[in-house]
Amino acid sequence: MDPRLTVGARIPIKWVTLFVVIGVILPFFMDGYTTFQATLVMIYAIAILGLNLLTGFNGQFSLGHSAFYAIGAYTAAILYFHYGWPVYATIPVGGIVCFVAGFLFGLPALRLEGLYLALATFALGIAIPQILKSSHLEELTGGVQGLDVFRPAVPEMLPLTMDQWWYLIVFVIMLFMFWVAWNLINSRTGRAMMAIRDNSIAAKSMGVSTSLYKSLTFGVSAFYTGVAGSLSAIIIEFVAPDSFTFQLSILLFIGMVVGGTGSIWGALFGGLFILIIPNFAEEISTGLSYAIFGIILILIIYVMPSGFTGLVNLIRTKIRGRIGTTG
Amino acid sequence: MDLFLQQILTGIANGAIYACLALAVVMIYQAIDHFNFAQGEMAMFSTYICWSLIAAGVPYWAAFFITIIVSFLGGLAIERIIIKPLHHAPVLSHIVVFIGLIAIFNSTAGAIWDHTIKTFPSPFPSGSFGGLIGLHEVGMFFVTLILLLAIFSFFKFTRVGMAMQAAAANPVSAELVGIRVAWMLALGWGLAAAIGAVAGMMIAPIVFLDPNMMLGILLYGFAAAIVGGISSPGGAVAGGFLVGIIENLAGTYIPAIGSELKLTVALVLIVTVLLFKPNGLFGKTIVTRV
Amino acid sequence: MNTGRKIAITFAAVAAMGMAATTAMAEKMYGPGVTDTSIKIGNTMPYSGPAAAYSQIGKSINAYFNKINKENGGVNGRKIEFISLDDGYSPPKTKEQTRKLVEQDEVLLVFQGLGTPTQSAVHAYMNQKKVPQLFVATGATKWGDPENYPWTMGWQPSYQTEGQLFGTYVLKNVKDPKIAILYQNDDYGKDYVKGMKDVLGDKASELIVAEESYEVTDPTINSQIIKLKDSGANVFFNVATPKFAAQAIKKIYELNWKPVHLNNSVSNSVGAVYKPAGLEESKGIISLQYFQDVTDPSIYDTEPYKKWKKFMEEYYPDGDQSSSFTAYGYLVAQTMEQVLKQAGDNLTRENVMKEAANLDLELDMMLPGVKIQTGPDDYFPIEAMMPIAFDGEKFVPVGEVVSVN
Repeated sequence: MDPRLTVGARIPIKWVTLFVVIGVILPFFMDGYTTFQATLVMIYAIAILGLNLLTGFNGQFSLGHSAFYAIGAYTAAILYFHYGWPVYATIPVGGIVCFVAGFLFGLPALRLEGLYLALATFALGIAIPQILKSSHLEELTGGVQGLDVFRPAVPEMLPLTMDQWWYLIVFVIMLFMFWVAWNLINSRTGRAMMAIRDNSIAAKSMGVSTSLYKSLTFGVSAFYTGVAGSLSAIIIEFVAPDSFTFQLSILLFIGMVVGGTGSIWGALFGGLFILIIPNFAEEISTGLSYAIFGIILILIIYVMPSGFTGLVNLIRTKIRGRIGTTG
Repeated sequence: MDLFLQQILTGIANGAIYACLALAVVMIYQAIDHFNFAQGEMAMFSTYICWSLIAAGVPYWAAFFITIIVSFLGGLAIERIIIKPLHHAPVLSHIVVFIGLIAIFNSTAGAIWDHTIKTFPSPFPSGSFGGLIGLHEVGMFFVTLILLLAIFSFFKFTRVGMAMQAAAANPVSAELVGIRVAWMLALGWGLAAAIGAVAGMMIAPIVFLDPNMMLGILLYGFAAAIVGGISSPGGAVAGGFLVGIIENLAGTYIPAIGSELKLTVALVLIVTVLLFKPNGLFGKTIVTRV
Repeated sequence: MNTGRKIAITFAAVAAMGMAATTAMAEKMYGPGVTDTSIKIGNTMPYSGPAAAYSQIGKSINAYFNKINKENGGVNGRKIEFISLDDGYSPPKTKEQTRKLVEQDEVLLVFQGLGTPTQSAVHAYMNQKKVPQLFVATGATKWGDPENYPWTMGWQPSYQTEGQLFGTYVLKNVKDPKIAILYQNDDYGKDYVKGMKDVLGDKASELIVAEESYEVTDPTINSQIIKLKDSGANVFFNVATPKFAAQAIKKIYELNWKPVHLNNSVSNSVGAVYKPAGLEESKGIISLQYFQDVTDPSIYDTEPYKKWKKFMEEYYPDGDQSSSFTAYGYLVAQTMEQVLKQAGDNLTRENVMKEAANLDLELDMMLPGVKIQTGPDDYFPIEAMMPIAFDGEKFVPVGEVVSVN
């Protein structure tokens, strides 16, 4: 059983402070390109956290989160490109639009379980690039040519480069999103979500409105992924249907599992993984990079079947156990 | 009228493709109780093996059966070497392993046989019935039916088939009555790989052989299996034809859909069927107990 | 939009640093990535994923640079260091990899980045950074816009140009045409259709009787072909990639439909399309081409072909000698070589761009009469093509080299 169900959890202030301090000073020691990559990692982490809220904490599969990522990104791009919104304002809107989309998709998804849901969402992920470039929406989405997004200059009083400035913005948003997720999980709502995951019939009989919680969780999950999508549109400065193929869904899914299903901070590791490992595989062999990526994936699952967080927890318990017996 | 008839026949021809793969999907589901997302890539790889054999001068039917045997052994080996050690890992981790397998097969096939499309021979005579439906499609239709019959008899009338179902449905009880569950899983993988190989060799003459051959087809294969009912081989075949026909008719007669949203139709179809019949059109109802 | 200017200001600091580095070595005028003995050239290609077939272009370019490094010691005594990264045909990845090339590897220029959506993702970036984005490997029209994007240039004839040439061909050669079009539902397919419509003008809606698109995820395009046949068209315009073009040829033959079959140059290959589809089935197909088809047996005895074959065997032995991509890579790499030759010792980004816009080149694997020509206002290197027909064995010319100009 998840310890959070029984014990009230507290944020480990010491570690979080250390993390924030390192996070803030990091961009001043990295070149522009690395800062840009680090920003991408955080964006992926937010998206993976969204997926994790759905799968890890509520037990609903999704192989189609690229759809929400795409909706978030396109919301930002369209608001900026067609309506001249400032890019900062598009970020929350991208999330809200996705919340609605996720909630609506969650309603029919209520009837689908396990792998059926995985498949339905997978189909959604495959269909979304087609829908984005369909002739009905072409005027809005720019069709296959996509839309450009240009970022305004860094506020003048700040001695920052564009990469550093956006790294810090994304860092703050990420901290906020993680904090909200933490509170959500450790609230009544969070316990209801997890009860549904662990045994939905029992939860139902105890008076938890499973359908409401399930579709709400879908909405919240989509919100997270949508915010990540909006941020990615701004950081990449471009959206096109080909940016959001089902491969992105699969990458997010891999990030979630490798980071640790049902772990909040594991999402960060997952984001790091899906950015670094494909590049690493390419360094080894360009032609066979996918094969190498596949082998690494399988090996990782061998070494840590419950993801990175699972491994860390295992090591922690082992160390504690040793201290317990010797001391 | 002519157009209508032709679209139905083309739908059936496409449906045969989906049905063939859907059978492999059902097979593995019966054996391991979940999907194998790497099924399509495994089938593609098998087809390349057959292609290489034929290119090396082996006659078609010899190559055909050698490929089936090699694929069976390959499936068995994958279960024993890669899947079995992860028996206790969560389902999500299994899916990641499947994704890993997809990447490995796809990339390796590209590296060995490159990405240019290859012609794959058909065992059936070339030509068509009055320009309506190709003879290969007709032949494939019958191959699908033969496969279906074989799978049906296997599960219904052989001890191994029944044991395999038992092992998938309730591994603990199965073990207790003396079924070697571990080997049943491996056998299921082997058989699914073999059926996938047949599907690949039947599909390749139509769509041409390349490493991404199964990319689009697999989703339709899953859709077919789900629409028909994942627990029923007959349902999967019916589902395949249904998806093929509906997709073509919707693309032809509903202007708003046209050809560009055909895949979306498949998505809507999956979701709609599941909403009203969560176990598919021909599947058995499963009662969950607390 | 004036946001472009603001960004230019933002990047001014970075650009200034680049300038400082340039002036430090004033005599020889080197841009980033150039030394007395080497030139760094960057590239992104889909080496993995669904578009991986195109990676043959990257590999043959690499092979060609190896050849000139070994045989001539590079260009003007500087060896070419070709850094080609995988972007999996995903625009965000292209952005990431291109930034790596420009900011970390510090390449002089990026050459032959492949794909319209992928290169669109870095189009603005390259121009803000003032890094040459040379000979982009796609036929979109937007690469030839020197006024707004002076740092970007395409290479092959644009898809739209080719569509126009096909339109002209139809108007000239087919009496009472009724056109049916099959196209891939993306920029590539739509540009062809647009080009065809440009030429047909007001009559477009009357002459084009049916248009059908397909997705790369579609298993087959049979349903589309049946609909197109049903329209009663007598001209079939095939705007599909090799796999689907071959499927279309086969299906049309099976349906006993006999239109004038126009096939786009992307799929005009004996080895990769006509042979798989069936040589008999492919008889009579008309296409436009600008370089030699390496699977056409009638050129096997010519000197340029032998030279190409020797190159393939020596430097790219695993390469597919029946693929047009390898010949394409060979030709575009020669174009790059020429630009560097012309630039001499003045290897700044500005001068490279100037020389790229100052080409008048004939390559021996091109069709006779097709030249690579550019100017300060003309960023379309190849604009001429020759209509050819496939006679079941080889190509025969069915007209003169045509050009949109």
